[in-house]
Amino acid sequence: MDNLAETTSLSRLFALSGQAGDRHCRPVTGGARFSLRVPQASLGAAGEALGLDLTGPINRAVSAGQRTALRLGPDEWLLLLAETDAATVAASLSQRLTDGLYSLADISHRQTGIALEGVAVTDILNGGCPLDFDPAAFPVGMATRTIFFKAEIVLWRQDLTRFHMEVWRSFAPYVWSLLANVGCEYAD
Amino acid sequence: MLLIPCPYCGNRPEIEFAYGGEAHVVRAADPRKEDDAAWTEFLYFRKNPRGDHAERWRHAFGCGRFFNVKRNTYTDHIEASYRIGEMLP
Repeated sequence: MDNLAETTSLSRLFALSGQAGDRHCRPVTGGARFSLRVPQASLGAAGEALGLDLTGPINRAVSAGQRTALRLGPDEWLLLLAETDAATVAASLSQRLTDGLYSLADISHRQTGIALEGVAVTDILNGGCPLDFDPAAFPVGMATRTIFFKAEIVLWRQDLTRFHMEVWRSFAPYVWSLLANVGCEYAD
Repeated sequence: MLLIPCPYCGNRPEIEFAYGGEAHVVRAADPRKEDDAAWTEFLYFRKNPRGDHAERWRHAFGCGRFFNVKRNTYTDHIEASYRIGEMLP
């Protein structure tokens, strides 16, 4: 697992390498990601191991320092971590959840991140995503799995005009080119 | 666009969901004891009503959960959505 978390040394695998980005979107390199599944009964212990409160509502993000947990389902979290932190997190979870009733899968290499910023960002996202991005329906701090054209993505609203998108690596060039295409229409 | 109320995530656009067929189709506890007619009924025959229909949906591009929806197949009006294991309201 230690090897898998070293994404920086595998730059040739980065789906968007060479893509510099523009005023709206830029690739986010590095970082480790885990898919965490925990039953209701172990939420407290898992939260203590991570230093994050996992008992919050579904489709919300919780952050502490460099650790972020996006609650994507009733028992599913996407953990976004610093690469150096990955092994520590895996070890502390296995230490605290002694009954073994949880699953932690390293998906650092499965997906890549795209940072989206600008006043037109919700319009650009709406080019391929049918969600309502009004702050009342999709407030800052909300994070959910959804769809962008035909690709599955995870969207996390970090600020009114700033989003973090997680996309599977093989879909990344597809999503990237469609973002650029839709973005052409917005001149901010 | 049709909005489907996911019991976990709330109202979400239809495109995020996958249809899972009629709900509450019960599989026999011991299929070997079923006669051919009853087994065929379970495998291949569905109600397909024009009107209220209890059906399964999966929030495939969302929380990933299966749940049940009571939908009118004629008007597309969704009366209720409820979790797997709960009874038809």
